[in-house]
Amino acid sequence: MAFRLTQGTFSYLPDLTDEEILKQVEYALNNGWAISIEFTDDPHPRNVYWEMWDLPMFDLKDPAAVLYEIRQCRAAYPNHYIRVNAYDRSYGRQTTALSFIVNRPKDEPGFHVIRQEVRDRQIRYTLHSYATDRPKGERYNG
Amino acid sequence: MTVQQDAQNAEDSLRVEALPNDKLAEAVDLQAIVRETQITEVLDQLDRDLVGLAPVKTKIREIAALLLVDRVRRRLGLTTPPPSLHMSLTGNPGTGKTTVAMRMAEMLHRLGYVRKGHLVAVTRDDLVGQYIGHTAPKTKEVLKRAMGGVLFIDEAYYLYRPENERDYGQEAIEILLQVMENNRDDLVVVLAGYKDKMDRFFQSNPGMRSRIAHHIDFPDYTLDELFEIAKRMLGEQGYRFSPAAENAFRRYLERRMQMPHFANARSVRNALDRARLRQANRLYGLSTCTIADLLTIEAEDILASRVMQEPLGSADADRSRMSVE
Amino acid sequence: MTLDQAKGEQARSRWASGVIPYKEMGYWKPDYVPKETDVIAAFRFVPQEGVEPEEAAAAVAGESSTATWTVVWTDRLTTYEMYQAKAFRVDPVPGTDQYIAYIAYDIDLFEEGSIANMASSIVGNVFGFKALKSLRLEDLRIPLHYIKTFQGPPHGIVMEREILNKYGRPLLGATTKPKLGLTARNYGRVVYEALRGGLDFVKDDENTNSQPFQRWRDRYLYAMEAVHRAMAETGEIKGHYLNVTAATMEDIYERAEFAKELGSVIIMIDLTIGYSAIQSMAKWARKNSMILHLHRASHSTFTRQKTHGISFRVLAKWMRMAGVDHLHAGTVVGKLEGDPNITKGYYKTLRGMKYDADPTLGLFFEQDWGSMPAVMPVASGGIHAGQVHQLLHLFGDDVVLQFGGGTIGHPLGIAAGATANRVAVEAMVQARNEGRDIWNEGPEILEKAAKWSPELRAALDVWKDVTFDFASTDTPDVVVTPTF
Repeated sequence: MAFRLTQGTFSYLPDLTDEEILKQVEYALNNGWAISIEFTDDPHPRNVYWEMWDLPMFDLKDPAAVLYEIRQCRAAYPNHYIRVNAYDRSYGRQTTALSFIVNRPKDEPGFHVIRQEVRDRQIRYTLHSYATDRPKGERYNG
Repeated sequence: MTVQQDAQNAEDSLRVEALPNDKLAEAVDLQAIVRETQITEVLDQLDRDLVGLAPVKTKIREIAALLLVDRVRRRLGLTTPPPSLHMSLTGNPGTGKTTVAMRMAEMLHRLGYVRKGHLVAVTRDDLVGQYIGHTAPKTKEVLKRAMGGVLFIDEAYYLYRPENERDYGQEAIEILLQVMENNRDDLVVVLAGYKDKMDRFFQSNPGMRSRIAHHIDFPDYTLDELFEIAKRMLGEQGYRFSPAAENAFRRYLERRMQMPHFANARSVRNALDRARLRQANRLYGLSTCTIADLLTIEAEDILASRVMQEPLGSADADRSRMSVE
Repeated sequence: MTLDQAKGEQARSRWASGVIPYKEMGYWKPDYVPKETDVIAAFRFVPQEGVEPEEAAAAVAGESSTATWTVVWTDRLTTYEMYQAKAFRVDPVPGTDQYIAYIAYDIDLFEEGSIANMASSIVGNVFGFKALKSLRLEDLRIPLHYIKTFQGPPHGIVMEREILNKYGRPLLGATTKPKLGLTARNYGRVVYEALRGGLDFVKDDENTNSQPFQRWRDRYLYAMEAVHRAMAETGEIKGHYLNVTAATMEDIYERAEFAKELGSVIIMIDLTIGYSAIQSMAKWARKNSMILHLHRASHSTFTRQKTHGISFRVLAKWMRMAGVDHLHAGTVVGKLEGDPNITKGYYKTLRGMKYDADPTLGLFFEQDWGSMPAVMPVASGGIHAGQVHQLLHLFGDDVVLQFGGGTIGHPLGIAAGATANRVAVEAMVQARNEGRDIWNEGPEILEKAAKWSPELRAALDVWKDVTFDFASTDTPDVVVTPTF
């Protein structure tokens, strides 16, 4: 069974079309949320800081502006994970309100569990990204 | 409904050669789309709200008609090239370019050619950066904010500074051209400024010229039009001229139009602001006054202007615009 | 008699030995204007025949503050006017024999940061009082000054989402079933299947502690193996609420420490461990970066009946102050008690930051939480994928939807059950964000997703007709909005 990274709000749905992406961004803009685009070649679930594709976009009126940047990011990193985040700055929240993947590598390598057996038959777990076995920049070239 | 949706909803696109005669003779309800978009209201309002500008209004009606027909054609599935809507508005200051651009944004929104209908007005400083790598993000940021609406670039020709070969303006122009071409569905760019400077700008930037489909030139207002504008502005502010003041203001305008830095409607607004100040100052000296006094601009409130006192062509009158009006 | 003489006479009769009505002891003050710092309580009560409602209200105020059954001269050694609780308003509930009493308590009556003390004060003795047929604490207005003396949730909704790296949709969970009897190894299998299939959390049940068929340490080992394997399969953070409920505080700490060592993001406790133990675990959870889930085991013994006990909204308030990150708060559509409006009121209590009184939701008072983090409500019990549109409409994104039977009972297996739930939720969130009317179009949206998701197709077919449509015992009575 091929691996599929299921982080993000819509990973159990078929990959969103550009039209569907526009609708989600429109929803975010209507809520007054700022939009940012991030990409990575190391999708470890605790890799919080994906690379920022430019600065977050504030004050947008129309989702086309976001799709414009998504397309530029896809052109630059066609084989990376790319996600769109919507950020809600309102008091009491001040965090991400929506985050979904808009681009994936053709082959997703996935992860494996490293079990370190320590005393007492106890096991310490480490999650390892197969992608990171290769140097940065060469990870999804296959 | 937007233009893109219309096109999607249309059945397979029809080819002119393939159409039988009876199909060609089918009646099309043009008024339906006129009613649906309420475009007549926008045009009529434009007619009512703006004094003069007859050639501008004619041009806008033509554009509206073109877009209306374009929409009908699309709806029917006729092959129709996507209309280019970028335009240049030229004319002297105060001739109504910004106002018309805002109305244009609303009209394009009604007709479904922009999704949101907002206007983002910028100048060179908003687009061009100070150092290497600064311009592209700045220009893109502005373009993205304008998407879904109209980007109004005032004095657009200042983007191009041929005298400085390392000027970053060229970078902004290139990004602008790219987006004007590739994101036609997403925004409409309006360039504005003096006619002569804009002409020179287009001469040195043929790429820009070829992407601008509509050129609208704004004539200066006539004396009568300026007087009409003044009366409307005063009315909106809750004032009126006394008969003597009307006379005085016409004389004021005659002189002001011949002086340097005359800026059409903007000069009228400034002149009225000064007149209201003088009126207030005059009333301040009285112990009581009537409501009519509060409403009325008198001839003396206008005649006290330096414009009425200094000889035409005086160097003094040129000192600064604020002191002149 | 002069005025002074009259006053002297009054004082003599007030302080003479013997029994006088509570009303006359100062516990009934109809013109009292509550201070900003007062705690205000709303009690529903049914007086015994012949007891006038004002006297009953005064008795409640007295018995929940300074009074005893008879006059004591030692009151006069205190600023008793301040320490006395003051019943200041009594409203009959139309069409019933019930009344609502409003009672104000000075903030000095309560120890800082102690739920146990607040509970002992307000509901300590008074519920057995003979002059009343029944008594229920409906709601509390807790002044921000007092709120600020509590730690509150160790993390709150915002931080929980950041820990889990999950945004924009309800979280999904399931309780392992059967909740008793599985060996640790079989138990872990259920955890693994449910998590890899798409759930964010699996959960021990309230009575899954450490029984002969499955001791706690074994369960933790197998469950955490399952959690880590599922993380590798999906690339998502996963959690299993390891129940650390035990007989003594020492045992509870020991279990929690072990859960932490194994890399769990979350532990769980039961309400039955008691308010002080909950507050201890709140501190522990904040110190150890562990999300704290509370199961409200036993609450229905005192929250369910409309005329006697404590309303769940009071318990929810106390638990937010005591400091838990998750609290079960009802499903409306599931198998457990829950009127829609009353339940919405609970959700507001757990998640709201500052809100007004709203009688339609059963909220008697406005409440200002300051910046105390919000508690993630958990909807659990008899819910399934076919109800997702209703659940999302009622509760929004910040909720854990727990489909226990609705995951494990899936005909294609546990992982398929989990996938069905996740697909249903994501499809519904997508549709809502696109502006669709999910309350009405929900079934249609689910059907459309089921076209490409065989897991959802099977879930919809199996549970399409399951509803639990019984009348609720606890419903809001449309009472006048309190205006103080």
